[in-house]
Amino acid sequence: MVSVSQQDDYMLAESLLDRLLGFLRLMRSNGYQLGIQEEIDVMKMAEFSGLLEPRRMRWGLRALLCSCSDDWQRFDELFDAYWKTANRSREQRSSFAKKIDRKNGLGGQQGGGNQVTEADHVEKGDDGDADDGGSKGGASAQASLARTDFRLLADESQMREMERLVERLARQMRRKMTRRQHIQRQGRRIHLRRTIRNSLRYGGTPLELAFMKRKQQVPRLILLLDVSRSMSLYSFLFLRFARGIVEAFKDADAFVYHTRLVHVTDALRERDMTKAREKLALLSAGWSGGTRIGQCLRLFNRDYGRRIVNSRSLVMIVSDGYDTGEPEELVQQLQELKQRARKIVWLNPLLGRVGYEPTACGMQAALPLLDLFASAHNLESLLQLESDLMKL
Amino acid sequence: MTDISQFQTRLTEAGYVAENDLAATLLLQSKLRRPLLLEGDAGVGKTEVAKTLAKVFDCSLIRLQCYEGLDVNSAVYEWNYQHQLLAIKMQESQGGSLASKEQHIFSEQYLLKRPLLQAITMDTPPVLLVDEIDRADEEFEAYLLEVLSDFQISIPELGTIKASSKPHVILTSNGTRELSDAIRRRCLYHFVDYPSFDKELRIITTRMPEISQRLAGQVVEYVQALRKMDMRKIPGVAETLDWAAALLKLNLSSLDKDPELIMNTLVCLLKTKEDHDAITRDVSDRLIARAG
Repeated sequence: MVSVSQQDDYMLAESLLDRLLGFLRLMRSNGYQLGIQEEIDVMKMAEFSGLLEPRRMRWGLRALLCSCSDDWQRFDELFDAYWKTANRSREQRSSFAKKIDRKNGLGGQQGGGNQVTEADHVEKGDDGDADDGGSKGGASAQASLARTDFRLLADESQMREMERLVERLARQMRRKMTRRQHIQRQGRRIHLRRTIRNSLRYGGTPLELAFMKRKQQVPRLILLLDVSRSMSLYSFLFLRFARGIVEAFKDADAFVYHTRLVHVTDALRERDMTKAREKLALLSAGWSGGTRIGQCLRLFNRDYGRRIVNSRSLVMIVSDGYDTGEPEELVQQLQELKQRARKIVWLNPLLGRVGYEPTACGMQAALPLLDLFASAHNLESLLQLESDLMKL
Repeated sequence: MTDISQFQTRLTEAGYVAENDLAATLLLQSKLRRPLLLEGDAGVGKTEVAKTLAKVFDCSLIRLQCYEGLDVNSAVYEWNYQHQLLAIKMQESQGGSLASKEQHIFSEQYLLKRPLLQAITMDTPPVLLVDEIDRADEEFEAYLLEVLSDFQISIPELGTIKASSKPHVILTSNGTRELSDAIRRRCLYHFVDYPSFDKELRIITTRMPEISQRLAGQVVEYVQALRKMDMRKIPGVAETLDWAAALLKLNLSSLDKDPELIMNTLVCLLKTKEDHDAITRDVSDRLIARAG
């Protein structure tokens, strides 16, 4: 750029700056979080590294504008779409870029950049804001859904809504469990800073002791989901529930079982939904067959029990109790599990049905060993579960 | 571009092989003085970036390892209670008002600086590494955000301490918890991936100049193939280095010399029982054959 006169230089910088601002608008409308500070920093970057080096600009803008790996992956495509097409004539620009330009014009007339972004949000619908937006829209639907038995959810959208609610519920559980336990118990450790403050009044003798409340550890949740045929109406919802739990509780673990036992925590933790589905599909060979609860529990005790079940563990078994195995085995394994775990909870979706009595052999035999036997057939009963767990 | 490649060379001299986009980001960070958030799987060399940066800038590295339950007392400051108690005892006989006594025992003399406070009160700006920020609680994250945007810390008994120098802040996360949008917005962002074959080879030869080109190539090929398998714990760069060092100690010139011995050295790469069970002799032999 040495050969160009200063006047030309100035003009070039001006138009480049315009393009750059346009790019920032594009990124914002694509859901990138950037405020005034980011814009200022982009300008600062432009000042000391110049704008004429495309690679450098790409790296700099990427570092500044991205804030998670998702952004990171989309960045290059957007960058290319905006800057590379600009080299060609205006007409050849992708329709995408055109759309953004038109919007910018609109925003100018209305006299507010904010309106543009808001309009965009509405158009974009749900991706980042799915949780918030969804809960507003679903408030009334939620109420009626809460009492519906999971098996009666027929239509697809209701099912989706329910899955989302269940997953969110699982996440909320963590916050409540930690908070309540924090208030519940008073620890015996002395709070030194406060004690010294208090002691000033008595010339340094610590007469008034201040105590610290001890935050109790969150229970370690272990879910064992029955995915046999008799449970097939419920198993996918409980899988979503498990996903929520596993995401919210760092050390939670989830297993599914029918005639075999499969560890699914990693598959559930997978953020990428398609990958998660793939993994689960691999694991799910033989789903919806019969159940041998006792045998699966034995496998669980043998392979995982020693490692992951401890005095902090709360084991949740989700099953309807229809077992093709021997009840003796089930009892024996439950006993073994009970020695190791803090509590055992059994969730039976059938319990919510009118006239159901836990008469299945296995269920009968297991009852005396359980700390909590609850229904889990609709959202309300899951909510109830949360407070029941707290009481344990 | 020259300043970037210069910076890249400096990084390499300090023992870190960085691609040029990372070098550009680090340079940008040092200019803008914004925190840099590094994300990526465990073992891709996120922490190493901070250590290298400290070497390059020739300043000290202050590390704050985050964990669940990390609180202000262990991250920012703590009063030296024993010392204070002694002081109170010694002051007993002396006159003076209560207020002045209080002022004395809550003076800087009795303050223990923890990493965050230390980082902002140094004369030369240090590199502050906040490691595994995703492990800390949300409350701490919010507090950190406040410190990182204002670069000042207020201590109720002492007043507000302003930063004498702005540290270079590096945050690392491997995604055990979603970070808040606020902290993501404050930071520059760089995603660190597992290195490509060439890069990993360069890393090994930079760190271990004495290794033969052939063995280094085989080692990298082997580990890269291992990463593509479905493993419980994917071996990171540190594991590769460990393994290469182990092989070097055993005086192996190439992997196919002694496949049995290789099986025994795999403890450097495989860190869970499941992975150990999955990599049988057959699998290992196949990997070696492929590594040539």
